[in-house]
Amino acid sequence: MADSDTRLAERYGGDASAAKTPGRHFILTLSRLWAWAFLALLIAFFVVSISLTTGGSVSFLTLRNSQNILVAITPVLLLGLGQTFVIIAAGIDLSVGWVMSLASVLSALAIRGTFNAGAPLFVAAIAGFLAAVGGAAVVGLFNGVIIAKLKVPAFIVTLGSGFIVRGVSLLLSENTTVIGLPPGIRDYGNNALLYYLHGEGGGFFFVDRPQLAGEALRRLDPILPWPVVITAIVVAIAVFVLRKTQFGRHTYAIGGNMEAARRTGINVDRHIIMLYILSAGTAGIAGFLSTLRFTAGSAVIGDALLLQSIAAVIIGGVSLFGGAGNVIGTVIGALIIAVLTTGLVMLNVEAFWQFIVVGSVVIIAVLIDQSRDLIIGRGRSG
Amino acid sequence: MAEPILSVRNLTKRFGGLTAVNDVSWDVHAGEVVALLGDNGAGKSTLIKCISGVHQADEGEVIFRGRRVRFARPVDALANGIETIYQDLALAQNLDVPSNIFLGRELKRRYLGGLIRMLDEKRMTRESQSALDSLDIHFPNLLQPIESLSGGQRQAVAIARAVYWDARLMIMDEPTNNLGVPEQHKVLELIRRLRDQGVPVILITHTLPDVFAVADRLMVMHRGRKVTEKKTADTSTEELVQYMVGARDDSVAA
Repeated sequence: MADSDTRLAERYGGDASAAKTPGRHFILTLSRLWAWAFLALLIAFFVVSISLTTGGSVSFLTLRNSQNILVAITPVLLLGLGQTFVIIAAGIDLSVGWVMSLASVLSALAIRGTFNAGAPLFVAAIAGFLAAVGGAAVVGLFNGVIIAKLKVPAFIVTLGSGFIVRGVSLLLSENTTVIGLPPGIRDYGNNALLYYLHGEGGGFFFVDRPQLAGEALRRLDPILPWPVVITAIVVAIAVFVLRKTQFGRHTYAIGGNMEAARRTGINVDRHIIMLYILSAGTAGIAGFLSTLRFTAGSAVIGDALLLQSIAAVIIGGVSLFGGAGNVIGTVIGALIIAVLTTGLVMLNVEAFWQFIVVGSVVIIAVLIDQSRDLIIGRGRSG
Repeated sequence: MAEPILSVRNLTKRFGGLTAVNDVSWDVHAGEVVALLGDNGAGKSTLIKCISGVHQADEGEVIFRGRRVRFARPVDALANGIETIYQDLALAQNLDVPSNIFLGRELKRRYLGGLIRMLDEKRMTRESQSALDSLDIHFPNLLQPIESLSGGQRQAVAIARAVYWDARLMIMDEPTNNLGVPEQHKVLELIRRLRDQGVPVILITHTLPDVFAVADRLMVMHRGRKVTEKKTADTSTEELVQYMVGARDDSVAA
């Protein structure tokens, strides 16, 4: 018996480390880091090309431009965060853009209503947040229950609920922008954690925005506006939940083998419902932040963002088949899209080229992902 | 003879007009490997599913460790120590070995009075390592996804999971299917090791050489009925084939 034991041990130790050639190793490392590498290359490209085409008068890597990019990606990223969880669990949520619009309208109505009823500004903002996230969560609950309990494909449920939500948003907003919000709301959406004043008497200002007027205002750069700070906090929570908690682990398990997850006693139905609530919830936060930023609610603000958010998720390496991907990938994906579009605008490239370039990057990202799978040897069908 | 771990008494299961399992009585004792044989459609899967909570018997009863049991769901059978390892193994291919061994029963550390609960990866890895060590299974790296492991290694993970969670009865459905010959031997050695540790194993199989390699006793089903129950040493391949195709039937003679 002892002899057979050692033989067993040797055999088990033997096979797994086989076939790890340097070339294979290189490609695997590259495919893991490609999104970072691509982002770095992209930034380098725009830094050089923009300074060349403008004779050095415009620079891509300015403090102001970096902040503009960060502000621009917050809605795409927030939609992408919830979507990351859903897609890792082998689902899809097509309603997020429309849910963001609904949340924007709901929060604007709530802020206006509570403020006009005499509530202080801060309380009105809280009411707006609750209305946005609460309203969105109801949609998520609806999606999740129909997908998990009635076994209707997520694609169909979220497409249908998206249309419904869009109609409700237009009804609630009476097909117009919800305005008349207290002006102080603007500060919540546009003030920043830090300010930097260029030139004389300049320096950093923490939270307190220096009171300036006229020409001096052009020398002031806000750093990390509140929507960016809030999004960063949500990103941090998402990274933690997906990587370090049981909820995250079960999300991967459901995407990898739903039947296995069910057999080990995981409450798969409840988990799926939570995922769609989560996805709608991050869309709700995005809608709330857009209301703060524009001091108005819009029933169409998120309409174009669904596909961008899915593009960010896919560029970031989340597999549409489920089971693979992470939050940081989605952050990089969103950054790549924002850098691309901002850079192309600064190069005076016409807007339609942005679509062509972003579309190409999505396809390249998936190709790189698949080649990695081929190398590892995992078949998608099996 | 000691009290059996599992005792099936006069179990019958019908699907509409079809009687899939017909009045089967069967005992499994501690420390033995029992093979369950039969052609496709003989009723062996249905019988097993009635034991493991997938189906509920129409008549008869299942007694497990001295208690009459009737599991509404597979999870209930699992909680009572009946582990069923199906052909598709019920592993999440995208997760690593410890994640699979602890899937659904993750170890956690609590912070802020239980407000934040983090996965305790270190402890899960350590415990997985010792569970695998106890079965003398050795992987170079536990933290690679299951999909990069061989078929036999995956079987080993599924078995280690069952052992770690204190399986009192292990049901294995065609465990050597789709495996190369060396890997088949490894899995059979694991089954022997389980028996030596006192865990009875029910082996559902078509593969007669496996039966003669590891099973102490066997039971053959044909068209829903038990046609014979024997010690492996008292029979031969030819005889078993006759039972499986229905050419012999002890229940009629008796």
